[in-house]
Amino acid sequence: MKHGRIAFYRHPWPVRIAHWITVLCLPVLLMSGLQILNAHPWLYWGQASDFDAPFISFASGPGPAFPSWITVPSWRDLATGRQWHFFFAWIFVLNGLAYGLYLLLSGRLRRVLAPTSGQLRNFRTSIVEHLKFHFPHGEAARRYNVLQKLSYLIVLFGLLPLMVLTGLTMSPGLNSRLPFLLEVFGGRQSARTLHFLTACALILFFVIHMIAVVAAGPLNELRSIVTGWFVIDKEEGRREPP
Amino acid sequence: MNRRNWIQRVLAAAGSLSLGACDRLAESPRVNSALDVGESWTHRVQRVLLGRSALAPEYSEKDITGAFKPNGTTNPNTTEYNAHVASRFADWQLVVDGLVARPLQLSLDELRQMPSRTQITRHDCVEGWSCIAKWKGVRLSALAQRAGLLKSARFLAFHCADTLEQPPDGNGRYYETIDLIDAMHPQTILAYDMNGSPVDVRHGAPLRLRLERQLGYKMAKYVTRIEAVDSLAHLGRGKGGFWEDRGYQWYAGI
Repeated sequence: MKHGRIAFYRHPWPVRIAHWITVLCLPVLLMSGLQILNAHPWLYWGQASDFDAPFISFASGPGPAFPSWITVPSWRDLATGRQWHFFFAWIFVLNGLAYGLYLLLSGRLRRVLAPTSGQLRNFRTSIVEHLKFHFPHGEAARRYNVLQKLSYLIVLFGLLPLMVLTGLTMSPGLNSRLPFLLEVFGGRQSARTLHFLTACALILFFVIHMIAVVAAGPLNELRSIVTGWFVIDKEEGRREPP
Repeated sequence: MNRRNWIQRVLAAAGSLSLGACDRLAESPRVNSALDVGESWTHRVQRVLLGRSALAPEYSEKDITGAFKPNGTTNPNTTEYNAHVASRFADWQLVVDGLVARPLQLSLDELRQMPSRTQITRHDCVEGWSCIAKWKGVRLSALAQRAGLLKSARFLAFHCADTLEQPPDGNGRYYETIDLIDAMHPQTILAYDMNGSPVDVRHGAPLRLRLERQLGYKMAKYVTRIEAVDSLAHLGRGKGGFWEDRGYQWYAGI
């Protein structure tokens, strides 16, 4: 350890395992999802499909709407796409449930992810600092900043559950037991469209997440999500909003 | 090479590396059977959650789709079938046999006199689209009771008049199988009317299965014969249906 720096244990093992299982699942789910969307590359609102008035059309020319390098498998194969999608959806959901349970029972949700009242008061300053790519250093880097906390909360308790619920709403089997899901999302075809739009929001999160990792020190960030240990400067760095 | 081009190439290279891995895995029979675990979990969990009688949502007249998309075979177009179309299916016979106490042979008129059900339901294709229509038909449970299923019967197989493919092994004839839980479900009917008139050729005339808690490919069209069986092994390539033999899930509740 270099003089003036300390390592602290930032990510306990359940967080790291859940993170990497998610990293395995999401690309496969996205790419097998695009394979499934290739079978009918139009999206609609409502219960049923109004073929004359799709909300979005991805169809262009004679080839598949989404090219082979972005689908699983690469060749046109709806059956295999579905098989992969549902297998990894199961892994993703079980992993998510275990992680959610851990967050609640360990108190990590309150301790690590919930913004403090001080953080919320300085919300604006935090946004400005972020836009300038000023990231917390020293002791302030021991905890997540308010934008980080809010985006994690939105992804964990907004986008990811929405992904699962809109997916389940497309199941004609579950429609018989959980018909209220159809009401909530405005119909099966609406749920299918929202499933796609939520996936786009997750891609946006991924891009921002990667930019933030690179800007904040990619090796240190990567080390912490692999080994758990995160290195910070010992002395107080630049003054940060609390 | 401009920057955009360069980024595209890097992305494509990264994609094809990981894709190459996925493709090789997708081709492996071992990986395939491991991934099928997903289907069996879905099947089991949905069976527990759904039970025997939870009903698929039903809609109102105003929700009916104007242009219901036909899919799969849209006309069996055999000499025999075309003759039936010409005579408006007056001589069409539905055979119910296999593991039953009383094998049946019923005309459409006889089927129309049996207990029926009318329902406006959503048809979900495995491709992703949905259409809504009003279906009327004989309850499959009534047919099964009339034929008297033997204790050994575990599935009902639907044999169809259409051939969707001409593969070398001769297994191109459409067929489907369902278990007895689905067969006895109140909304499971053999439909003869669609939106108030006889089912047309594109949608499976004169008889098509409606299995409202599963996807469209389970709902066999042009049904000529229902066979009660104890296993799927001797039908087609043994997976329980035309599409199942081609890799699709037998349980199509999602």
